[in-house]
Amino acid sequence: MEAFADFWATYSTLIFTVGIHALLALSLWLTLSCGLLSLANAAFMGIGAYTAALLTLHLHWPFPMVLAAGALAPAAVALVIGAPTLRLSGVYLAMATLAFGEVTRILVLNLEITGGPEGLNGIPLLTTWWHILLILAAAGYALARLRRSRMGRAFEAIREDEVAARMMGIDVEGHKLAAFTLGAVLAGLAGALNAHSTFFISPREYGFENAVDILTMTILGGISSLIGPVLGATILTLLPELLRFLHAYRLAVNGLILIAVVLFLPTGLWDSRRLRQLVGAWRTRREGKP
Amino acid sequence: MLEQQLVNALTLGSVYALFSLGFTLVFGVLEVINLSHGAMFMAGSFAALTVVTRLKAPLAVGILAAMLVSGLLGLAIDALILKRLRARHAPHLIPMIATIGATTVLTSAAQGLFGVEVQRFPDELLPTREFIFGSVHVRALELAIVGIAFLLMTTLFLVLRHTRQGRALRAIAESPKAAALLGINVEGLFLATSFTAAALGGVAGLLIGLNFNSVTPLMGQPILHKGIAVVILGGMGDIRGALFGGLFLGFAEVLSKAYLSSQMGDAVAFGLLFLILLVRPAGLFGRVLERKA
Repeated sequence: MEAFADFWATYSTLIFTVGIHALLALSLWLTLSCGLLSLANAAFMGIGAYTAALLTLHLHWPFPMVLAAGALAPAAVALVIGAPTLRLSGVYLAMATLAFGEVTRILVLNLEITGGPEGLNGIPLLTTWWHILLILAAAGYALARLRRSRMGRAFEAIREDEVAARMMGIDVEGHKLAAFTLGAVLAGLAGALNAHSTFFISPREYGFENAVDILTMTILGGISSLIGPVLGATILTLLPELLRFLHAYRLAVNGLILIAVVLFLPTGLWDSRRLRQLVGAWRTRREGKP
Repeated sequence: MLEQQLVNALTLGSVYALFSLGFTLVFGVLEVINLSHGAMFMAGSFAALTVVTRLKAPLAVGILAAMLVSGLLGLAIDALILKRLRARHAPHLIPMIATIGATTVLTSAAQGLFGVEVQRFPDELLPTREFIFGSVHVRALELAIVGIAFLLMTTLFLVLRHTRQGRALRAIAESPKAAALLGINVEGLFLATSFTAAALGGVAGLLIGLNFNSVTPLMGQPILHKGIAVVILGGMGDIRGALFGGLFLGFAEVLSKAYLSSQMGDAVAFGLLFLILLVRPAGLFGRVLERKA
């Protein structure tokens, strides 16, 4: 038991981070499932984190309500900016969401209430391991149900071919806005949980690099299933810890992984179809032997 | 006071234009958003700094070093990554993601090699003369920056307009397939474009490094965002658009810093970009100037 206590004392922050990153990767998975490459999810996470932290620090709201507000605030922003932004497609959408992320970061950096570049300090550590686990499990379940629902299939149709989807009578704009907003909900939740597990937050944690990190995790894992993003988040969070001996060169490994995945594993590590084929091939070989 | 700000704006704007020119050239010809362009900027600055401080070479050699090192890095990224993605006809987002990876590798390498602290050029190397026109003080350095930026940009314009290779490049920008049918060495020119664009990015990095006398591994990040803003402002792949967009951003940034709020200069630039994207996704000049490169 004591060994476990030691282990927990050393690694609990890391485990929390894995969970929060997994939630973020799922939030981007949701946006990507509708074919939207958004670089705004880091900003949504930031909006969630700041909203939640300010409510806790100044208004002393109970934690569940804080979490709900942390999820809803970025969703409201996503609804407002989504309507005009989502008319853009492909690289233009990526650029617009990047610009939105920068505007958000610079605003947070310069506003009085957000504490400027120093950020917010002394946020009570209210997040526990089961909060993260529960929310992650609930999000995973909800997304799994969503995939098999009418809405999830509409997302997929839009991702594959927008024009064809429109011809089938799918409300393309509405579904895109829904995917964007729901992604913001998950990112905001991740931000609210993160703010209450790290004691302090600053604008630096929600910039372009973080948007890229989220993207890397999701792409590394692969977006063909929900396991991919979670796997990607876990690997990329734990990897820097294992690579401590590389010091400053540690991040280079992340970059090399990203390049290698894009070049050699375009569908990510966890590709359900490829796995099924592998398992199938293995079975036939075993059964083929007398 | 206003005149002084205009000088600063012109200096900054011409470097933005130079940086964005390479960025937009790659998009126009290769149809790739190369997000490693910021890393080229950083690499050029460090290459020049190293040559100047370690080898005690003059600044002119530093400029050549910046072009060569950044150009070769750009060439390597094209040959090792982008070329394979082209062969696979990967969708737009894939090269974007791959070049983000390349940026991470290069930034991390620079942090390992040079440390994270701000590095400076030795003072005795920088031209110290000042020219005074009425109430305006212009540093010789600023004149040199604007001069070098415009010299390189004009050279690029002339090459694109009047040489065989330039015409071939413009043909590729219209349609790589048709260009290949005409016997143009498309792959070779793709590589040449990547080299040129990265070399221009490297010089831009050196010029900004000299202007603020500060070189850091992370300096490529903010300029990349500004380059994106400029390219969208001017229309993606539009060479003249990049020139105007760069100058425009320089003026918008300096003037809003001077007259609105010193902190919000960047927010103005990106707020503007955001608005333009919503109203005119093809850029301010997108419809007016239709030629891509």
